[in-house]
Amino acid sequence: MIITDLIEAIEHALAFDFASITPQKVEKALNQERLELTDLGALLSPAAEAYLEPMAQKARQLTKNFFGQVITLFTPLYLANFCVNHCLYCGFNQRNPLRRGALSPTEIERELATIKAQGFQDILLLTGESRGHSGPDYLEAAVKLAAPSFASVGLEVYPLKTPEYARLQKAGADYVCVYQETYQPQLYDQIHPQGPKKNYLWRLMAPARALQAGVRGVGLGVLLGLGDFRGDTLAMAVHGQYLAQMSPAADIAYSIPRLRPTPGTRAEFGQISEKELLQIILALRIFSPSFGLSLSTRERAYFRDHVIGLGVTRLSAGVKTSVGGHSGPDQGDEQFLKSDDRDVNQVSEAIIARGHQPIFHDYARP
Amino acid sequence: MTPVTWDPFFLGGRQFHSRLILGSGKYPLPQIREVVEAGSPDIVTLALRRVNALGQANILDYLPEGKTWLPNTSGAQTAQEALTLARLARELGCGDFIKIEVIVDAKYLLPDNERTLEAVKLLVADGFVALPYMTPDLVIARKMEQAGAAAIMPLGAPIGSNKGLTTRELIRLMIAELKVPVIVDAGLGRPSQACEALEMGACAVMVNTAVATAENPPAMARAFALAVRAGREAYLAGLGPVSEATASSPLTGFLKSEPDPTL
Amino acid sequence: MIVNGQTIKLDKTRPLSEVLALCGYDQALVAVLVNDQVAPRNQFALLAIQDSDDLEVVAFVGGG
Repeated sequence: MIITDLIEAIEHALAFDFASITPQKVEKALNQERLELTDLGALLSPAAEAYLEPMAQKARQLTKNFFGQVITLFTPLYLANFCVNHCLYCGFNQRNPLRRGALSPTEIERELATIKAQGFQDILLLTGESRGHSGPDYLEAAVKLAAPSFASVGLEVYPLKTPEYARLQKAGADYVCVYQETYQPQLYDQIHPQGPKKNYLWRLMAPARALQAGVRGVGLGVLLGLGDFRGDTLAMAVHGQYLAQMSPAADIAYSIPRLRPTPGTRAEFGQISEKELLQIILALRIFSPSFGLSLSTRERAYFRDHVIGLGVTRLSAGVKTSVGGHSGPDQGDEQFLKSDDRDVNQVSEAIIARGHQPIFHDYARP
Repeated sequence: MTPVTWDPFFLGGRQFHSRLILGSGKYPLPQIREVVEAGSPDIVTLALRRVNALGQANILDYLPEGKTWLPNTSGAQTAQEALTLARLARELGCGDFIKIEVIVDAKYLLPDNERTLEAVKLLVADGFVALPYMTPDLVIARKMEQAGAAAIMPLGAPIGSNKGLTTRELIRLMIAELKVPVIVDAGLGRPSQACEALEMGACAVMVNTAVATAENPPAMARAFALAVRAGREAYLAGLGPVSEATASSPLTGFLKSEPDPTL
Repeated sequence: MIVNGQTIKLDKTRPLSEVLALCGYDQALVAVLVNDQVAPRNQFALLAIQDSDDLEVVAFVGGG
């Protein structure tokens, strides 16, 4: 598949007629061994809401088959929150009068040591988009600090060029998350009024660039609530399929954050219910049985605990969405408000209570 | 009911309709025409052999016109030999389609996938429409696709064995993952097995021994044609679900036990 | 010269088309390897064959 095929397939997914899906189509999708995109469309449709229980049964079986009964725990570390973008939904929006900061190497080391001491082996490093305050050199230095003591280092930063990804991979980055937020080009354009993030295609192709640069895994995501969540989820699956075809060895994970009340932004977007979120989790698991699926602390503990075993493979714990803040006072304000404040031990206990095993990495650099 | 017509498929830029590819081996020459007419394939395979001048007969004289000839490279043990055979076939003026067969294993006649991949690269570089015959292996099939193979021809069972679609699970993966057509080749012994391959989404099947060793080869060729057609139509119609009992323990009841705070 | 493994005496250098005719082949129906090189059909009349050459003459037969 080439880029134009991907764009066409995304357009096709966004135009999918979810309302026309009949219960028969949902049943067919559920009984299919290998699902087509139209089957995923059926599982995401309103008609499938009546099939959540059989979907959960199937998703649970597939999760067990592909991942066993384990949940990988990770924690994010926000390195910096300087940002030149104006994303209408984000706390890091340049216009937002936020306390801004970037951790110094010493502060990063101290944060990493604290996180490591909590038992984490998988760390996700985050920044806003600012080549001035958190450019590739800064990122490379941070990755080099993290790589020796963490089995898996992820990056959730602005889209980079292929050689930059190659540099970071060489420095020890294992995976890269670039969430498209929404795959709907017009909406994307509206909610990114200014800044480099406005470039939809540059962002869309970032995971492919990262894989081409040799990074082992990529994370895709949509911010649920921005637009039509069904079309966005289907388009994300198209994107995942494209990357899997391009790089059969790639570790691909979906992330499905719901839009949360965020300081400094107006909450004028749609609201996705927990029931709809569950439907999305189950549908993605059934469609892409081998892909990772990550659920953030935007969701409350009750919901996160109950979806253990139903498709989610990665949970964060001990999360701070402000800059630093693990080892002392934070150095900048937070990106969004969390709904699950539990530390690593509490989340581990919850995982064990549901018959699963918490693990801290499922991959170690050779 | 409206009469059914084949939906076309494409190989090497050419359009085909019949999804039954027939082999021309193992027949007395006078019978071939009857078999091919009964099975009505668009593509017929041929082999290349040393010939004596005496009693030289041209097999093409015994075949109906208007078919696409698909010479194979049987006898080749290396990629280079496959290329030489392909070039010889091209000099015979029957086009650029080649079924690549590279076989070293003499006991089961299993294709050497590694050398076959090598042969795909050589033949594609030489302008052939390469259709590699292979032991089903998705990973190497992907490499063949990458190398420019026009279709992949995995075996259903060892060649000439009539054992059927014994590799179905591996072929299923290839159908799901590959972009080029998958043509099930070798081992199919019964029309029902050919039908199953098409139901699964295989683009076509290639049959020789099953027809040639039947009591009545032309009648068997026709039976295969009907089965292949039924399989294709079933695939297009979309198979209904196989019902499974659904367990009752509720995994989703938690949604109702506590109100959703986000609503 | 050798034709399909059999030694045949060639009296003098002759074009391939002539050699094939002498051996009784219908040249429209065969392809030829001369010393392991594929002889292009349009060269049959030009390609000089000597007694030291090794020829493989092949044609289509039934096959699967």
